[in-house]
Amino acid sequence: MDLQEQNSLLYARAGFGIRLEDFKNPRPVKEVVESLFPTAVPGQLQLISDEEWAEYNPKTLKVTMTDEVARKEKEREFRRRTGDMNLLWMEAMVRTSFPLVEKTAMFWHGHFATRVDNPYFDQLLLNEIRRNALGNFGDLLKAVSKSSAMLQFLNNQQNKKSHPNENFAREVMELFTLGRGHYTEDDVKEAARAFTGWGYDENGAFIFREKQHDATDKKFLGKTGNFDGDDILNIILKQKQTSIFITQKIYRYFVSDEKIDDRRVNALAKNFYDSNYDIGGLLRDIFTSKWFYNDDVAGAKIKSPVELLVSYQRMIPMSFKNPNVWINLQRVLGQYLFNPPNVAGWPGGKDWIDSSSLVIRMRLPEAFFASKELDLNAKEIEPEMMKGMTKKNVMPGQAAQTFRVGKLDSVDWSGYVAFWKNYKREEVRAALADYLLPMSLDEARLKQVEGFADNDNDEQYIKSMTILLMELPEYQLS
Amino acid sequence: MSISRRKFIQLSSLASASLMVPRFLKAFEHNPLSLPGGGKKSLVVIQLSGGNDGLNTVIPYYNDIYYKNRPVIGIKKADAIALTDEVGLNPALTGIKRLYDQGFVSIINGVGYPEPNRSHFRSMDIWQSGSTADQVVSTGWLGRYIDGCKDCTNNTMGLEIDDSLSLAMKGKDKSALAVRDINQFYNAATDPYFVKLAKTHDDEHDAKLANYLYQTLRETSSAAGYIYQQSKIYNTTQVYPDTAIGKRMKTIGSLIVANTDTQVYYLSHGSFDTHVNQADRQKKLFEELDAALTALVADLKQNNRFNDTLIMTFSEFGRRVGENASKGTDHGTANSMFMIGGGIKKGGLYNNIPNLADLDHGDVKYELDFKQVYATVLDRWLATDPRGVLDGKYEPLTFI
Repeated sequence: MDLQEQNSLLYARAGFGIRLEDFKNPRPVKEVVESLFPTAVPGQLQLISDEEWAEYNPKTLKVTMTDEVARKEKEREFRRRTGDMNLLWMEAMVRTSFPLVEKTAMFWHGHFATRVDNPYFDQLLLNEIRRNALGNFGDLLKAVSKSSAMLQFLNNQQNKKSHPNENFAREVMELFTLGRGHYTEDDVKEAARAFTGWGYDENGAFIFREKQHDATDKKFLGKTGNFDGDDILNIILKQKQTSIFITQKIYRYFVSDEKIDDRRVNALAKNFYDSNYDIGGLLRDIFTSKWFYNDDVAGAKIKSPVELLVSYQRMIPMSFKNPNVWINLQRVLGQYLFNPPNVAGWPGGKDWIDSSSLVIRMRLPEAFFASKELDLNAKEIEPEMMKGMTKKNVMPGQAAQTFRVGKLDSVDWSGYVAFWKNYKREEVRAALADYLLPMSLDEARLKQVEGFADNDNDEQYIKSMTILLMELPEYQLS
Repeated sequence: MSISRRKFIQLSSLASASLMVPRFLKAFEHNPLSLPGGGKKSLVVIQLSGGNDGLNTVIPYYNDIYYKNRPVIGIKKADAIALTDEVGLNPALTGIKRLYDQGFVSIINGVGYPEPNRSHFRSMDIWQSGSTADQVVSTGWLGRYIDGCKDCTNNTMGLEIDDSLSLAMKGKDKSALAVRDINQFYNAATDPYFVKLAKTHDDEHDAKLANYLYQTLRETSSAAGYIYQQSKIYNTTQVYPDTAIGKRMKTIGSLIVANTDTQVYYLSHGSFDTHVNQADRQKKLFEELDAALTALVADLKQNNRFNDTLIMTFSEFGRRVGENASKGTDHGTANSMFMIGGGIKKGGLYNNIPNLADLDHGDVKYELDFKQVYATVLDRWLATDPRGVLDGKYEPLTFI
């Protein structure tokens, strides 16, 4: 791999693709890696202020909660604001100078999957995740475990001394830290007792309800004591297996959808454990490894739907009159932020692709940039259209919501076209392919693509070649 | 801003649709009408999204408890369609009632699962994946059935009439195809540029994932071409209602009659999430469902395919026995499933309707596990060992 290829790969994996100026002026890998890490903690994403929530939370609204119409109205409002939260985060991914933060946060968003349809709880958890995304895994694990979204999603509010609920205790080991096979059913039962009393108040703040807590001895992973939840998490963090499990998942996310290389993972995991779980350190370790720039790493990942949608927008600024198109695209393509399919998050890899999603992905460039509109249906389980519904005004049956991709409100090709116009005509073809795709195309292939391009003038040529290259299956890879 | 793909335009103006079928599709061409008619079983799964209220579908109108719990939205005996002295059918389901009288409908009651979940998403996952309440499975029961097909060269064994694929239809290696509009999908998937890319891609390529994508593209173009051709074989004279579900049923009908190699069809109808003013909404949805189903059955009967087709409905949960203060109902548990087809062996009410005197915190108790119904369909209809698809062993029922 030459330096430009190394830079392209690094920016693709550590973010949402390389910028034109970085493509033109590649830098030594070590220098680029250091520039990926922000010097300050990322700022909070705030959709709902604490004051607003205080007026808005279920406790305040309780008076009306006996009224079904009002309750439905509230749920709808929550869903709408969760959608706004989704757009706010996507916007941050598009605009950030530190894409590694958001890219890693998206990893943790899938790792610590929750679905609570509560925009404020979602906001609290997302900000914890973003704050700790590149920090210490132990801190992150504890922050997530004490977040209202997680406690609600995994029913720990119902975990009481008299009736332990094992949901959180099980998932924290199976999905968040150790992985299946590294604990027993008894460990789950004992850990559940230690987490009794962990809950949250209506403002999403963690509370420890001492009366609900089981303060007797527990036997957990070979240790005995009057453990509370923090003790359990600390014991889990002491297990080397936790560092291996997390490193395997990180490797899959940042390096390869294909087979995991155990030798590399074990070496990375050892450093991760020895650093007391420094996530940023683990990522530095990966991005500065020699093997990361092996030829077989390029193209070994399928872009996730959100990654794909964000990279389009980072490359060519564009906007829809109705920004919900972005959310509907997430739904149709199978990665709907704040709505993971289940507690295990998105499986990723080949799971992103089936016949229909591949064709939709390949039709997006024309829908975005060439006025070839695309009508799609997003599946709907709950009716969204109940607002103002009265007896006489029942919305017709609708199992799906049709939306249109196209009719951009604005699209700005200017910077992009100006950049490529500086290239010589005979060089631009291959350079565009190198810029847009994870692997280079041979001359015959380039000619084939060019055969479909518009040659009227430089601008049309650049645009049409770009669209055609983005329609290649290879563009779905990074 | 518009960018013309001049070569595309030339192609599409010169060539008619049939000429545009790429050469590599020809391998799949055959004349289905020359096949011996019948014998191949089709399954049509209708998902009633949002949680259909089973108690206002199959109505226990002899029972005071029902009316006590539903003083406002309870359906009066005089309004319901009588099935037996004790049980009535929702008045909007007149077409289904006619089929019921002919012995083509088996209604299975109290279908659910232990530790029921009241979240739409979670419970839908459980039903679609065919898992237990505490399992998380990322493939669907029909997807696993499709996956098990050894000699399937085409990936048209399962077809969902929609733009995206439901979990139910996702397998590990093979999945169903999701197509909402066959013509549109055909045009997209057989775009000359895409076809050329797929045809000339070098599989010796270094990146395995690129090969996987190209293979998927080739299979998709091929499947789209196949389905497109099949959809043109039979031009139905049957009038289908001009509704979303009517159009989807028409697509399904034309493909079943054309004897395509598709075995499993899937579509969703809804939303049945009737927390508010349930009666009007459920009535409207049922009228649409009933009319579309009636048209499909008439079409199939006319073409001798009804005996080889099984239609089944399900919903992620039923609703609570007691109505709420907004003339609606909230999320509940067990529910009724309808099995419709010429192959129904035991028409009528398959089993007793839920006992309203024995509730679990205001919800009916499930009597049959839905996986037992799936196992029956797999074993008795699709001739597949259910153990390859479902965890655990389930005694088949006798409705087919």
